[in-house]
Amino acid sequence: MSSISTTAVQVLGQLDADAQKAADAASSAGFAYGLAAIGPGIGIGYLVGQAVQAMARQPESAGQVQTTMFLGIAFTEALALIGFVVFILLKFA
Amino acid sequence: MSQSAVNGERDLSAPTGDAGVDVLVQRLEGDSPVAAVVRDLIRRGLIVGPLLIAAGAIFWGSAGASSVAFGLGLILFNFALAAAMLTYAGRISFALMGAAALFGYLIRLSLIFLAVWLVKDASWIKIVPLGITIIVTHLGLLFWELRYISASLAYPGLKPKTKPIGR
Repeated sequence: MSSISTTAVQVLGQLDADAQKAADAASSAGFAYGLAAIGPGIGIGYLVGQAVQAMARQPESAGQVQTTMFLGIAFTEALALIGFVVFILLKFA
Repeated sequence: MSQSAVNGERDLSAPTGDAGVDVLVQRLEGDSPVAAVVRDLIRRGLIVGPLLIAAGAIFWGSAGASSVAFGLGLILFNFALAAAMLTYAGRISFALMGAAALFGYLIRLSLIFLAVWLVKDASWIKIVPLGITIIVTHLGLLFWELRYISASLAYPGLKPKTKPIGR
């Protein structure tokens, strides 16, 4: 009886360890994704702020600034997408 | 508010921020160069799409092909949504365009996350080709588009096609 309960405790302990490991991996992946989104968020905020100011100061060059701003946003967003892909690869692959 | 301010011209009597610039009343006029750029991005994406899907089918089978197609559609939709938000908000005011860019970033990231989350367990999805497609398509289309972007005041969006001299 004692050996059965000991084995049961060991199995439950192993299950707990596996669940803890999975939970740690999930939280790490989510943390990495969150961190990966912060940097581009700051970058896009700065980029858009400067672009809006440039367009307001020189409305005649708004089209040119808008094109550059859009490309800047798209390239900055690529960093967040890379973080997202790393997240889905860690979490789901 | 004066009529010039409504039309997007600088109104010196209006309450202004830094150095006389009022981003709340100024807005974009005319055609949007961003819409032209995104139309071009989508056209190029549709051109290379079959090749990418074929590559996905070769390396990962039918699930790989459908994953590549899904990832490509996701990226093109992301570009189109970004351009639409910036264009419509820019026609209201520059300040709203800034807000649309920032909140649009969050919204579009959330939509991509939601789209992948919904299909992650589907039998026709493989995560690795989907992830590779998202990164490669996004960066590849942007770098490809950079070759055709004009930064001149005359053509602020795409470069005009070169014409032979004398015609």
